[in-house]
Amino acid sequence: MNRTSPMRTFNAARFPSTSRRPGSVCCILAAAVLVGGWVTTTAPAADPTSFADVVAEVQPKMAKIYGAGGLRGLQAYQSGFLISPDGHVLTSWSYVLDTDLITVTLADGRRLQGQLLGADPRIEIAVLKVPVEEDVPYFSLDLAEDLEIGDRVLAFSNLFGVAMGDEPASVQHGNVAMKTQLAARRGAFETPYDGPVYVLDAMTNNPGAAGGALTNLRGELTGILGKELRSTLNNTWLNYAVPIDQITDSVEAILAGRTLPRSVDDQTPKPAQPWTLGLLGVRLIPNVLPNTPPFVDAVVSGSPAADVGMQPDDLILFINGRVAPSRQNLLDELSFIDRIDPLHLTIQRGIQLLEITVQQAP
Amino acid sequence: MKNGTGVIAAFGRAIVPVVLGLLTAMPAGAIDVPQPVLDAQQQRIEVIQQAMQSAVSIFANEGQGGGSGVVITPCGYALSNFHVTKPAGDYMKCSMPDGRLYDAVIVSIDPTGDVALIKLLGRDDFPYATMGDSDQVRVGDWCFAVGNPFLLATDFQPTVTFGIVSGVNRYQPPAGTLLEYADCIQTDASINPGNSGGPLFDAQGKLIGINGRGSFEKRGRVNVGVGYAISINQIKNFMGYLHSGRIVDHATLGAIVSSDEDGRVIVTDVLEDSDAYRRGLRYGAEILAFGGRPVTTANGFKNTLGIFPRDWRVPLSFRLDGQRHDVYVRLMGVHGREELLTKAAGVPLPMPEPKPKPGPKQPGGPPGDQPRAPQEEIPDVPLPKKIRPQPGRIPIPGHPGQREAVIPEHVQPWIKPRTGYANYYFNELHRDRVWNAFTAHGAFDETGETWALRAAPAEGGEVRVVLGDQQVTGRFTGQMGQVDLTRDLGEQLDPPESGGLLVALHVWQRMLRLGPLQFGDVYYLGTAPLPGYDGLYDVLVAVHDVIESHFFFEPDSGHLVAIEMFPDSGVDPCEVYFHDYREIDGRQWPHAMHVRYGDRTVMELNWDEIDPAAKPDDAS
Repeated sequence: MNRTSPMRTFNAARFPSTSRRPGSVCCILAAAVLVGGWVTTTAPAADPTSFADVVAEVQPKMAKIYGAGGLRGLQAYQSGFLISPDGHVLTSWSYVLDTDLITVTLADGRRLQGQLLGADPRIEIAVLKVPVEEDVPYFSLDLAEDLEIGDRVLAFSNLFGVAMGDEPASVQHGNVAMKTQLAARRGAFETPYDGPVYVLDAMTNNPGAAGGALTNLRGELTGILGKELRSTLNNTWLNYAVPIDQITDSVEAILAGRTLPRSVDDQTPKPAQPWTLGLLGVRLIPNVLPNTPPFVDAVVSGSPAADVGMQPDDLILFINGRVAPSRQNLLDELSFIDRIDPLHLTIQRGIQLLEITVQQAP
Repeated sequence: MKNGTGVIAAFGRAIVPVVLGLLTAMPAGAIDVPQPVLDAQQQRIEVIQQAMQSAVSIFANEGQGGGSGVVITPCGYALSNFHVTKPAGDYMKCSMPDGRLYDAVIVSIDPTGDVALIKLLGRDDFPYATMGDSDQVRVGDWCFAVGNPFLLATDFQPTVTFGIVSGVNRYQPPAGTLLEYADCIQTDASINPGNSGGPLFDAQGKLIGINGRGSFEKRGRVNVGVGYAISINQIKNFMGYLHSGRIVDHATLGAIVSSDEDGRVIVTDVLEDSDAYRRGLRYGAEILAFGGRPVTTANGFKNTLGIFPRDWRVPLSFRLDGQRHDVYVRLMGVHGREELLTKAAGVPLPMPEPKPKPGPKQPGGPPGDQPRAPQEEIPDVPLPKKIRPQPGRIPIPGHPGQREAVIPEHVQPWIKPRTGYANYYFNELHRDRVWNAFTAHGAFDETGETWALRAAPAEGGEVRVVLGDQQVTGRFTGQMGQVDLTRDLGEQLDPPESGGLLVALHVWQRMLRLGPLQFGDVYYLGTAPLPGYDGLYDVLVAVHDVIESHFFFEPDSGHLVAIEMFPDSGVDPCEVYFHDYREIDGRQWPHAMHVRYGDRTVMELNWDEIDPAAKPDDAS
């Protein structure tokens, strides 16, 4: 039977063997060899020093966060990672979260709506919650490890938004170059955070990388990647991460609900005579958006606010320890605070964070 | 760069005394480094030393620009980026770590994939890189780049930068339709201007990619830990095409897909003249697998599409109306032929605008389809005086600042300009190679004008085909057919439902008797797979009358394995597969032919008698 099916594997041995004519150009042969040979692949020898296994363990804990931005060089994305089996995501506190529609993409490509549970602008972190039905892989903050100068690290993030859909986060490697206080000040690195940081020798802090995870070579969590930070003195960029022990208290407070804004229908009893904006002596910018941030538009001279030096363009971040993401949240929260009690405000002025306390004149 | 250099110098002054202090305080040997670490270091040094021998530093435009490359064969074929070789044109100077400067000529370009193949001249024992398997590369693996960043290799010694693989299967969108990085490798090894076209090696020193791109954004065009390399497996698919001397195109399915809310990849549009449509793909079909990979996202699909050349037939699985279909789809070109020539020639390449770009073909998609930050090709000219890269523009030193290199006399025979080709010399080289390997089994030029083939099928009757110089006649079981060779062949597709078997056999006879030089327009396409067959096949494309035919040759034996005869564009070809080669009078004749058209087998022909010198009147 000579009948053959073309769908069967082609058998070159069926042909009589031939001797190839020598090519006049040496490369004809080489090219032919190449033609015949390039479909064969050899499995590379496993490299025992590869980080591939560690990386594979960390990746399921990473998250990509999409929110506000997309204009004027402001990326609408950043990084984060799961810190509980129930879907709590630690990320960077930034304009990306200034929206009702925060989308969190988990490592398996699931896109979930993230709810902002709270934030600590002083260390520039925020916690989101995503609805997951089953336990998800996560980093336990309690098991976070410290790093020493010279320790090797891996940085996981969605820098430049490179990883789309179910693509895993980008991974970079480097060393801890320094453990130091972040010299945050006007004219140098403009950030409200001035606590301890790990300075890294790898270019980890790229657009979208903020909120990423810094691990040691065993894949254990050690820090959260900071934002892009450029020294205005010499235009150099700083690559840094905030040690986890700097943020655990804040995360705990957020998870316990102590920083959440209370809504008007909260069951907590309200004082008969609460604080008001008028009493404080502050006018906020008009409510132009559903989530207009509480920016100060004007301060009434002689008012308690003027006494403590509040200024137009101040942004009220916290009120008595609770985050005030919007103008409405601030108004709601004021209604819970008796005017005989002091009012503690955390205010952002430019890059500075100010803690002020307002007391009604006796 | 003055500022940057200044900063480093300032650090140097501050740090050097400290380091010296440490060194004097600690006598050698004070640090007890474990032997395995020392061994690993020694091994790394050896791997790098070995691998970097194949690295090429390309100097174009009289040293005013350049980039990198890597030699992949002993006779000097080397890979680089299209955007590196483009300014140089046909000829460039390349240095290697052996301290020698070699002449090199362009072989082929792939503007869509940003790949170029060049050939270094003067040796047949070049050190060359061994190919790895980029599908086996894992995130976290060590890797290193070798190249010519900032044109530092003026002493001919390349620069090595070490890092890890940061991501695989990355998709970096094209600028317009060119310079698309699909399925690429992301690394934190420093990739800087001038590294373009150079090799990315794995820890064993195997070539896994060609560096060519990075994310830079606002920090200027220096590495920020995010570089991209074209995966070597993509280049392996294109390798035959890249040897063809042509301007090579990438592929499209002829259909648009997007992810739906349930995470399925759905066809939202199909071109009716695409092969995908003819294979049954319709609006609403769910793509399950493509090119041997499962498809879970629209990006994943685009990634896979990017690794295949135009005209390849690639397996596609889709579900339509609840039924699964597994088919082979012939891929269309991304560009029209003229369009590609225009784009590849001198038109300034648009640099991605410095603003987020919409995700690929996923309009209004959810967050996974968010705009990406602008990614940029690494400028091929790092620090030229006259053509310093301007923000937002790719420097094209084919424009102001270019100086045409004078091509030395001994290089000129290696260059044959021809419209539609990067260097026609190499197309002729391979056309002749393929033809010589085929005719090594016996040439057909002295056969008669009329061939007669006869079969006596077991079920009775007689099958008879007579291939003459005026007409072709065929008698098949229950069917007759004929072709008048003086009339339009594309209109005479006898026997019915065969797609034009008699014309295909005529084309076969014509090629065998006349050879590629007399046949008409015949060129070497490259290598392509055949559905159901292992490996890749050398393909000659032959145009005669209105008919375009693809001849598939087995690279090891040189045998003709199949012909695809296209009577028109946008229709299925008649496919004839040749088997059972046996010798008659010093020539190898296929005694079995398997004929396919569309999705089905038309007939199996098993010839009992082949007469290569029949009388024309046998046709009656």
